[in-house]
Amino acid sequence: MTTGLTLQNITIALNGHALIAGNWHVQPGEILTIMGPSGSGKSSFFAFLAGFLDPAFQASGRILVDGVDITLKPAHQRHLGLLFQDPLLFPHMDVAGNLLFALLPKIKGKAARLSRVEDALNEAGLAGFGPRDPDTLSGGQKARVALMRTLLSEPKALLLDEPFSKLDTNLRAQMRDIVFGTAKRLMLPVVLVTHDEADAEAAGGAVIRLSL
Amino acid sequence: MAGFTVSKFGPPLTISLLTLPVLAGIFGTILPAFGYLPALGGTQFSLLPVQMLLTEPGIFRSAILSLVTGLVASTIGLVVVLLFLAAASPKALARMSSMISPLLSVPHAAAAFGLAFLIAPSGMIARIISPEFTGWNTPPDLLVVNDAMGLALIAGLIAKELPFLLLIALAALPQIPVRQSRQISASLGYGRITGFLITVWPGLYRQMRLGVFAVIAFSTSVVDVALILGPQSPATLSVRLVGWMNDPDLSLRFVAAAGAIMQFGVTLTGFAIWLGFEKAGANILRIMAASGTRFADDKALRIVGVGAMLLPALALFGGLITLALWSISGLWQFPDAWPSSLTLKGWSGASERLVAPLLTTLQIGILASLISSLLAILCLMREDETRSGLGFVQRHAIAIIYLPLLVPQAAFLFGLQFMFVSFQIDGMFLSLLASHLVFVTPYVLLSLSDPWRAMDRRYLRIAAALGKSPWQSFFKVRGPMLLKAILSAVALGFAVSAAQYLVTVLVGAGRLTTITTEAVALSSGGNRRVIGIYAFMQMVLPLMAFAIASIIPAYMWRNRRGLSGS
Repeated sequence: MTTGLTLQNITIALNGHALIAGNWHVQPGEILTIMGPSGSGKSSFFAFLAGFLDPAFQASGRILVDGVDITLKPAHQRHLGLLFQDPLLFPHMDVAGNLLFALLPKIKGKAARLSRVEDALNEAGLAGFGPRDPDTLSGGQKARVALMRTLLSEPKALLLDEPFSKLDTNLRAQMRDIVFGTAKRLMLPVVLVTHDEADAEAAGGAVIRLSL
Repeated sequence: MAGFTVSKFGPPLTISLLTLPVLAGIFGTILPAFGYLPALGGTQFSLLPVQMLLTEPGIFRSAILSLVTGLVASTIGLVVVLLFLAAASPKALARMSSMISPLLSVPHAAAAFGLAFLIAPSGMIARIISPEFTGWNTPPDLLVVNDAMGLALIAGLIAKELPFLLLIALAALPQIPVRQSRQISASLGYGRITGFLITVWPGLYRQMRLGVFAVIAFSTSVVDVALILGPQSPATLSVRLVGWMNDPDLSLRFVAAAGAIMQFGVTLTGFAIWLGFEKAGANILRIMAASGTRFADDKALRIVGVGAMLLPALALFGGLITLALWSISGLWQFPDAWPSSLTLKGWSGASERLVAPLLTTLQIGILASLISSLLAILCLMREDETRSGLGFVQRHAIAIIYLPLLVPQAAFLFGLQFMFVSFQIDGMFLSLLASHLVFVTPYVLLSLSDPWRAMDRRYLRIAAALGKSPWQSFFKVRGPMLLKAILSAVALGFAVSAAQYLVTVLVGAGRLTTITTEAVALSSGGNRRVIGIYAFMQMVLPLMAFAIASIIPAYMWRNRRGLSGS
């Protein structure tokens, strides 16, 4: 069985104009970086992988995760973890609620679930933050909760859409280390969409450069 | 997408609900207008009903009254909204918009009674200034309310239309680069109002247009407000129609049907004249812009604009307070500005008769608002699922949503009523509920669709990526995050239902009455204490709905800073 994320004969076109075409394979723990100006199709690429490409686009090709074809699966059956440039913590849930929402239902029992969430918060250096209103957290804290939320859903791959672009410079380097380090440790294939050359350098994998 | 979804049924159900009753109703009006109504012995087509209608005394005066009062009220309303938006500071705008919901939720009939209680010769204003300023010790013999020119009717219509026009304007405003346009026109030396007129208004008006036509349709065919404030000899066309419809002489039903077609014609004429106004307005704007005249000193007009918006709001509040006061007044002689005693006698006397209409109002209002909110949610979910530019609540479908608001109520409700009678389902709870849904659903859809679409979609994408199905995502993420907007839509739906007069009178067929129909029925009696009680109930019910709609999310999200503002 092939492991990792396989992108076979992918083409994405808008009004007959091809934006992206190619074959890629992302090994577990590797990062594929996509760079390009706005309008070059990197957001469409991201949306295609995640399962919410606007029907105005014509897309073809196959997406395989660990050899399983997910191309025709709806977004909620793809098991891909998403991170955006905003942490997008659900504002109506407390921090623990956000993580419990992500935690898979196979972990049963209130106590077991809560303790799993508490472990995740410890791991993120946020011990005791469970009952907090997400809106009262700092930018870095929110970003770490968002990462933990994604990981608790046990994704088979990570899709990152400019995940560090709204953080200030110090925090950006720090978050980058945490996210990339975690992906390597968990052997997750990653697709990273970014504007930032420094992201691409730190990612260290293949880079697709799109143009208009 | 995964095969079977309930939301698939949302758009077809909603479209049927909004179009079928209107089309069937128009059809059912046309047949008896030309003599065909077997239930009443009309088995042959003839022009007799039309001829009978045309020989009714003062029929053309009635038609012209409907047309002129409706158009004048709509025009003044729109001009005031325009001046207010152009002149108001952002702070005044925010303050005004927070008052819209309560103003909008006051049923037309209650607002009309409030105004009548305020401006009548023996009304609150005359009492406050008498006898010191006027020398009046008895109410002057002036026809202020029910004046033959319809001035009181126009005032009442304006007071109720302004909040609606302002609402649709404020909904459209964020889609227009107002600040930049203002800065550019100001830097070129244009006055605030002229700059707004030239740079912002054309785009804004385009967005509001259907709403404006709905206001014209409503104002040219209104029944309850015209019954309370309008002229009486002759009355406006719509009022006379209802009179014929309820006349014991059944042959007058044919005349009513012919009159309903005439009413349709009056409203269409109103639309046609308005199209002319639009052209003229656009030309004037073009000439103004090309002339380069700055009108930099427009302070006086700005004060007029803000004042003209405040006046109806104050009149509504003043009228409602007067209503409440009357409902608990003992002896209250002219020209005293305060009753000589306060008593709950009126309430205890009326309470027994209030129960049945109150229950009907609550049952119909709660069910209609919940069902229409569910339909609205299904339609909007479907729009997300298909994710096409042709989503249900998008551009071309907006005309369907507005359809029940663009066709004058009388023109299709009569036909609908004839059909209900033929199938012997008039006066039944389900018929009344279904008829209310036709009028409630457009408001609920319009009110919910903006916040629904404005929500950041990435939250839903994250929920999907976490493995949540669309329904899980609705119940756990979108629903809670939009709780306030959804409850506001439900409350608005309830307010709209509670305020319905004509549909309730016709479909309820006297067997089902609501607070609104009872209140309007009392208007001819002139007993201010009893009217005060019913009109007060009328305005309290929707206000309670809005209060509940804002308390629940405020309580549930009391510890959630991210949701307190939204």
